[in-house]
Amino acid sequence: MAGASVDTDERAGRLHVTLSGDWTLAHLPTPISGLEARLQALAASHPIWDLQAIPRIDSVGAILLWRAWGRRWPDSLNALPQQRSVLERAAAIRPADASKPQVSRLAAVLALGRLVLAAFKNLRQIITLIGQLLLDVAYLCSHPRDIPWREFSANLYKSGAQALPVTALVGFLIGVVLSYLSSLQLKTFGADIYIVNLLGISIIRELGPVIVAVLVAGRSGSAMTAQIGVMRVTEEIDALATMGVSRSVRLVLPKVAALSIAMPLLVVWCSAAGIIGGMVSANLQMGLSYGFFIEALPKAVPLGNLWIGIGKGFFFGLLIALIACHFGLQVKPNTESLSSKTTTAVVTAITLVIVVDAVFAILTRNLGLPA
Amino acid sequence: MKIIDAPASISPSSPADCPIIEIRGVSTRFGDTVIHSDIDLDVEAGQILGLVGGSGSGKTTLLREIVGLLMPSSGSVKLFGHSVLDADPLIRRKLRRRFGMLFQQGALFSALSVFDNIAFPLRELRVLDKEMIHELVCLKLGMVELEARHGQLMPAELSGGMVKRVALARALSLEPELLVLDEPTAGLDPDLADNFVKLIGMLQKELGFTVVMVTHDLDTLAGLATHVAVLAEQRIIACGTPAEVLAVDHPFIRNFFCSEHAKAAMQKGFV
Repeated sequence: MAGASVDTDERAGRLHVTLSGDWTLAHLPTPISGLEARLQALAASHPIWDLQAIPRIDSVGAILLWRAWGRRWPDSLNALPQQRSVLERAAAIRPADASKPQVSRLAAVLALGRLVLAAFKNLRQIITLIGQLLLDVAYLCSHPRDIPWREFSANLYKSGAQALPVTALVGFLIGVVLSYLSSLQLKTFGADIYIVNLLGISIIRELGPVIVAVLVAGRSGSAMTAQIGVMRVTEEIDALATMGVSRSVRLVLPKVAALSIAMPLLVVWCSAAGIIGGMVSANLQMGLSYGFFIEALPKAVPLGNLWIGIGKGFFFGLLIALIACHFGLQVKPNTESLSSKTTTAVVTAITLVIVVDAVFAILTRNLGLPA
Repeated sequence: MKIIDAPASISPSSPADCPIIEIRGVSTRFGDTVIHSDIDLDVEAGQILGLVGGSGSGKTTLLREIVGLLMPSSGSVKLFGHSVLDADPLIRRKLRRRFGMLFQQGALFSALSVFDNIAFPLRELRVLDKEMIHELVCLKLGMVELEARHGQLMPAELSGGMVKRVALARALSLEPELLVLDEPTAGLDPDLADNFVKLIGMLQKELGFTVVMVTHDLDTLAGLATHVAVLAEQRIIACGTPAEVLAVDHPFIRNFFCSEHAKAAMQKGFV
């Protein structure tokens, strides 16, 4: 198969342009612009075009010639009927209007407005979802046979039991690091024993719940959004609806309930690991005995802190599951939407957890502090 | 029944006069399940081969082996005289630009618009300028009887018939010499299916490509195929023109082609 070639000769005072070789995408010389420039230069002198030596021409070759001819038929053309039909196809193109919509000067304001409106829309939808879940709970109270125990226990296992190793590891390491850094400071003041107060309050009250929330939002929240999203893409949710199964009872409620219960337990577990990590580090760094640490802990940290930590765990779990399910239900049937909604779900969940944590800190500022 | 000869302007591809597809001794096993044992099949330029067989007979598996998505357990598959799984990545890449595949569900990229879906293989070549790509996409849209304004739609907004058309336009965007179709009319209503079959037939006559298709729809088979290969009992039990295949005495062929509906379809298409 020969590449496309152009030959010119003068016969009886007129220029003849003979094209030969395969004028197909695979056989046109690259860059094509060089060939196009040559053809345009030839077209300017209105020669006789002879295409009959071309064994094969495809739409790329046809468009190339058509453009070189200035988008009209040349005065004299020798072509086979089949070549003519390929060229006619190229001649018939009506390019779509490719002009870009004008960018308004208020684009930034408009974008901000859209963002705010989208936030309000999401808020309204989440409130609707909460309302639906409350109605579902009321319904399940009167129809206990419909409680989705299997889904609930599966979710509890997936988002609770399977998260135990990672939360323990992260909690332990944070405890070690925090204890090590604090001990360096405390030693200079000779206030070694206050390490117990420092670690106890900060881990049980603040760090435990927030660390677990961030881990769970990334781990279980994204999984929930992706699962519900894919079920929307594959029409599984519609299939459930046609069977008369409520998606909120069967899909959303078990997830929200399971995470609300698993989270406080994970918070206790993670805080315990953090305290143990801090205790080990304090023992190695400052020679503080384990016995002293364990004895001093209840005195330094009032019980209220534990309840605050558990309460935060419950609310964070509720929040993460609600946001994950909400964005999962918003997924449109394409891959782009799935990825963007999963990202939005995780980012929103983590941000809101931090905001709610700050609100908690203000509301509980008089509680659980040693007298 | 007549065999559509390759138009005179279409020269056989390199190396000269070798079949477009050459399958030699292909066997496929998934674990202990044998799908194919020792299959031989040739497809010549300009043929439209319909691959038929019962459910689970490995039609789609064979198709995936032809386009190199799946490696057979043994045997070789050659396209245009080169192995589809050639060790040289350049040869593999060149080979993949010479055929287009139409997937059963269309397999359009859902993140890209119709226009970008069709433009994608053209842009990947990196030799065409923007304006050329734009015109080519409009031309392909016209080929599959869609309008230029449809280019702005997203795949999620298309009807089933349109998805197939756009997928066909994308499969044809690199001017392939071979078109591989997996259940081209599955999921279309009879009227749409009929139109789609006519469209493929018309484009094939005009552009002269070779077609291999898997189908279990007799109307599609009767409307398009110049050759039929029947896959049953792990091998190809019959291959040839429809008349030759019908003459083979085999329980599967009797069941498949000789029911009342089948007879009506064959009457309509082949006679």
